Amino acid sequence: MTDYKNLKLIATSNPHIRDEKTTKSIMLDVIIAMLPALAYGVWQFGLKALTLTAVSAAACVFWEWLYRKLMKKPQSINDLSAVVTGILLAFVCPVTTPYWMVIIGDFFAIIVVKQLFGGIGKNFINPALAGRAALLASYAGVMTSWVDPTVAGNKAPLFGSTADVVTAATPLAYMKTGDFAGLTEKYSVLDMFLGKTGGSMGEVCSMLLIAGGIWLIVRKVISWHIPVAYIGTVAVLTFLFPKGGAPGLQWMLYSIFGGGLMLGAIFMATDYATSPVTKKGQVIYGIGCGLFTVFIRYFGSYNEGVCYSIMVMNLFVALIDKYTKPARFGVVKSEKKEAAAK
Amino acid sequence: MAQAFFGGVHPNDMKAATNEKAIEQLAPPAQVVIPMSMHFGAPCTPLVKVGDYVKVGQKIGEFRGLGAPIHASVSGTVKAVEPRPYSMGGDMMAVVIENDGKNELSEEVQAPADPDALSVDEMVEIVKNAGIVGMGGATFPTHVKISGGIGKVDTVIINGAECEPYITGDHRTMLERPAEIIGGAKYLAKMFGVDKVIIGVEENKQNGIDMLNKVIAEQKAPVVVEPLHCRYPQGGEKQLCQAITGKQVPPGGLPSNIGCAVFNINTTCAIFRAITQGMPVVNKIVTVSGSGVIEPKNLECPIGTPVTCLFDACGGLKDGTYKIIAGGPMMGMAQYTADIPVAKGTGAILAFCEKEEQTVEHPQCIRCGKCVEACPVHLEPLFMYQYASKGMVEELNEAHIMDCMECGACAYVCPARMHLTHMFKTGKQLVKNKAAADKAAAEAKKAAEEKKEAVNK
Repeated sequence: MTDYKNLKLIATSNPHIRDEKTTKSIMLDVIIAMLPALAYGVWQFGLKALTLTAVSAAACVFWEWLYRKLMKKPQSINDLSAVVTGILLAFVCPVTTPYWMVIIGDFFAIIVVKQLFGGIGKNFINPALAGRAALLASYAGVMTSWVDPTVAGNKAPLFGSTADVVTAATPLAYMKTGDFAGLTEKYSVLDMFLGKTGGSMGEVCSMLLIAGGIWLIVRKVISWHIPVAYIGTVAVLTFLFPKGGAPGLQWMLYSIFGGGLMLGAIFMATDYATSPVTKKGQVIYGIGCGLFTVFIRYFGSYNEGVCYSIMVMNLFVALIDKYTKPARFGVVKSEKKEAAAK
Repeated sequence: MAQAFFGGVHPNDMKAATNEKAIEQLAPPAQVVIPMSMHFGAPCTPLVKVGDYVKVGQKIGEFRGLGAPIHASVSGTVKAVEPRPYSMGGDMMAVVIENDGKNELSEEVQAPADPDALSVDEMVEIVKNAGIVGMGGATFPTHVKISGGIGKVDTVIINGAECEPYITGDHRTMLERPAEIIGGAKYLAKMFGVDKVIIGVEENKQNGIDMLNKVIAEQKAPVVVEPLHCRYPQGGEKQLCQAITGKQVPPGGLPSNIGCAVFNINTTCAIFRAITQGMPVVNKIVTVSGSGVIEPKNLECPIGTPVTCLFDACGGLKDGTYKIIAGGPMMGMAQYTADIPVAKGTGAILAFCEKEEQTVEHPQCIRCGKCVEACPVHLEPLFMYQYASKGMVEELNEAHIMDCMECGACAYVCPARMHLTHMFKTGKQLVKNKAAADKAAAEAKKAAEEKKEAVNK
């Protein structure tokens, strides 16, 4: 029979079972969700898209490992969050970006934005977007030269140069100037949806990014609140206020499939560390991102506003969290008003 | 119609190991250890001394204030009255009885001549003398709940949710003793003066629901069964009230504040046995399960049975058993020794030998907000964790940490494997300590001022 006197028991607090999901499994789900868009980038822009993504992911892991090693902190590279940051940063760069440049962006994202503030969960701005912003400020020329996939066939991209900024793609340059005729001549709405446009290597194919988003929602990694609020806000505003005499619906479709909106709304704005924790807060945050995106696109000097709108809203997260606390259990609204009246 | 409450989680229910196994009577243990604290409230005072002969159902512990009396569960000689380890951690004064195996019934156990003719006061008195407490694990004295609720309560709910994984005692009771449940429900209806009693049962116990409905139809009893969506912590008193009535119990309040009273399935059976047979609480149905148990079972045993006897009846423990839990895996207490007895609130004894624990080194919150979504009392565990770990008492109060019922849903769902529930227990203690210190300081100040005044006069 069992020797009950010599059991080696551990006594910890409840609960004694845990859900299967871990930080690592969540990050793995995000990576899986990004693979279709990555595959499309490789197909459209060539093998460089794959190597650039791989170098960026590896550099992020290296920087994180190095920092934790030098600072004598417990290693955290196994949670795969650095890999996600690396892939995302590569996604928002043009395929022509030199490898060394993306490694510098990774340094800024991982060391300055993430680790200096305490590592995973502690950063207050999305590291990949901050890395992108740093690169854009430092190497504006390289970061705004886009491969044009419509020239000389999709599979043999030429190097074209259009004046475009942030996570913007060529269509947004037309839209900025209100040249709707030029836009429709160059790209159809279907092109926009499928990704046959110029732009950062991971942002062009809205269809596959949405597929990734559905995967994340099905796997319960993200909820629908932020992407729907974000894209919905952009859709409503652009539908109501089209530019260049364009029909509202068409203008709206160009707007939501253009630029980095899908990538931003599904993969960037939903970053846990830099988004509100309550559903109510997430809707407010998503609407805010949408407003800033449209404002920058309409009134700002940049063609594209996704990157900066998300970074600006990141700064509001603490405030949103403060004012969207869940109603206390057992306190009905009318009672609250009574209490306030007293 | 299946009902729901806010938040919660869906752990794998793990009930298949025992939900088709009938309740077995455990072979009488050679000795029972009856702790003097098996209820919410101050411990009982032992009424017997070493060498006394006691019989089944004889009162051996008397309560003071809030509490319930304790009775001998076997007949035999008192071997010791001394502190022994018990399931709530540490030692507790206990009466150790050597079982003579005769199972002689005490003269104190007297069945009322006509149970149906009893007045409400008489019934409450019987419940009190029978030592009935909330058998679901909260162990709140049932007579206090009834007498405090009469006049205020219009919804009497019987809790058959059994939302904790592994535990199947209530489910088996529904299948094997439905008449006791319905009978007890009828007495509860009479005591509260309501014309309907609701039994809330989770949908994963469909055969239990069918069985209860069959008996209700046969007896034409004023009882309805309400099927509930499976979700933890459905069986929490406040969550069950919310699921069934849609109302929320106010902070720091009781279900009676919103006109509800909730009784566990086996508490209801105990009420039935007390009123019809005069039988106090001397037995308990315990689910012995978990990966470390060789042959999981539902066992009925005398209160005070050492859990090692239960494990032996289940074929013993597997090698590598690293955890023994009194209660369910979500809210139960991990034990540091197997040398503990079954108490009135012990619905399950679990032993784990596989990787249920799943802790990680250096957990880091990723702010995913899953804990906020899971919290059934609308708290924000991730912020409370930060406050508690930094000892920020004021912020803890503002975050309503005292509303936390330590159900473990947040920690269960946390992908970073943060020790949330653990930290909230610490945090609550910080808040209590601070309140006590403030009170002491205020009193000292007052005393000093009074002294000063006296001197001035």
